[in-house]
Amino acid sequence: MKRKVLLSQKQLELTLDRLCHQLIENHDNFKDTVIIGLQPRGIYLARRMQKKLSALLKGVKIAYGEIDPTFYRDDFRTKGHPISPSSMNMDNVTVENKNVILVDDVLFSGRTIRAGLDALLDFGRPKKVELLVLIDRRFSRHLPIQPDYVGKRVDTIVSQNVKTDLKEAGDKSDGVWLTESEK
Amino acid sequence: MKTALSVKHLVGIKDLTLSDIELIFATADNFKSVINRPIKKVPSLRDVTIANIFFENSTRTRISFELAERRLSADVLNFSASASSVKKGETLIDTVKNILAMKVDMVVMRHSSAGACKFLADNIDAVVVNAGDGTHEHPTQALLDAFSIRENLGNVKGKKVAIVGDIMHSRVALSNILCLQKLGAEVMVSGPPTLIPKYISALGVKVEYDLMKALQWCDVANMLRIQLERQDIKYFPSTREYSMQYGLNKQRLDSLKKKILIMHPGPINRGVEITSDVADSDQSIILDQVENGVAIRMAVLYLLAAKTQE
Repeated sequence: MKRKVLLSQKQLELTLDRLCHQLIENHDNFKDTVIIGLQPRGIYLARRMQKKLSALLKGVKIAYGEIDPTFYRDDFRTKGHPISPSSMNMDNVTVENKNVILVDDVLFSGRTIRAGLDALLDFGRPKKVELLVLIDRRFSRHLPIQPDYVGKRVDTIVSQNVKTDLKEAGDKSDGVWLTESEK
Repeated sequence: MKTALSVKHLVGIKDLTLSDIELIFATADNFKSVINRPIKKVPSLRDVTIANIFFENSTRTRISFELAERRLSADVLNFSASASSVKKGETLIDTVKNILAMKVDMVVMRHSSAGACKFLADNIDAVVVNAGDGTHEHPTQALLDAFSIRENLGNVKGKKVAIVGDIMHSRVALSNILCLQKLGAEVMVSGPPTLIPKYISALGVKVEYDLMKALQWCDVANMLRIQLERQDIKYFPSTREYSMQYGLNKQRLDSLKKKILIMHPGPINRGVEITSDVADSDQSIILDQVENGVAIRMAVLYLLAAKTQE
């Protein structure tokens, strides 16, 4: 299988640092801001960013939650098999009247984000919702959804896959790859 | 882990594999967190219509299925035989085919005849979920029982479970035995010899006619209801004598050197198979079972709904 590096471990680290600084530009001290990671992969990025932001802001506590969009998807019965759900973790966080930053790894059709937004709204009415993605596969959207913060924009075709490797998720090393689907 | 069930219908635990059961449990974990949120609803099955067809009375199972369906945003159709054309002589297949002609995707059925769900599954296109068929199986009850044991004791594997009471007429007993054995638990049945089927040990369960010995052996006691409505002849002299011999009371429970979990599939005949102080004690997980029932049924319906388009 052909693999092309989109982001190396070092680039990934730098990209996350930059995204954190962009967030601070817009959200100041994060008093009314909540970071929400989208299951399954977005949560690891969101956790990293929460740590980085906390360090950059000298120990300020960043409100953080995790949402699983599985039960809100519109395609779980058309794929031929149900999609396995992951856990939600919204116990210690409220989104009511907050600025919410949704974090996910790859933005492709926009359907996951649509489902994630529906899931989010079940926990309250945020003041504002922004979207942060590590990789934006532009020109491939099925829905009018665009990110507010982007790690890297890539042009891909449908037969290609973008894979995010993260150590926390059990992968060997960090990095983002472009692969050709085997068909 | 697998993401799909190996079966198209849930007719009995007999047809499920261990990984099917584990998949249902893992999915139910997530639904349990859904039903404990302020908004207890997800839109997963909003394009699915489910008919609950009950040819036999039910409180818990029917409400539990209906809640599970509504919390998955399915459209729900309730049908009870007592208020229908079944009374005019319409057959089971005709009744169900007419309901399906109105574009129903899934059927949850309870019936007084063993095998009714299998018969239906073989003859119609919709997905069939067994909510109890005669004295045969009651799969979702067994799943929620095992799920409750797993939740309270951490694991089902290696645990000792005693099923006490009217084993002969109990679909809960058969489904529980099959489910617990697949999950690696040891199962014992206990009750009056007249209510224990003669060849039950062929299923690989222990048989113990002395309740105290069964209680001393087990980690979990599942107390079944005496099903007087299914007993065509007298199997024991009186309910008073039954409760003296096989009823679980505080005195018996306290005489054990360990704390066992007490379960009951409901409805309880207080003072017959179990006394009130035991049913309401802190060892009883009867209401946990009811709560888990909704999560388990959501998981089963969610996983089977994917099969409606095959």
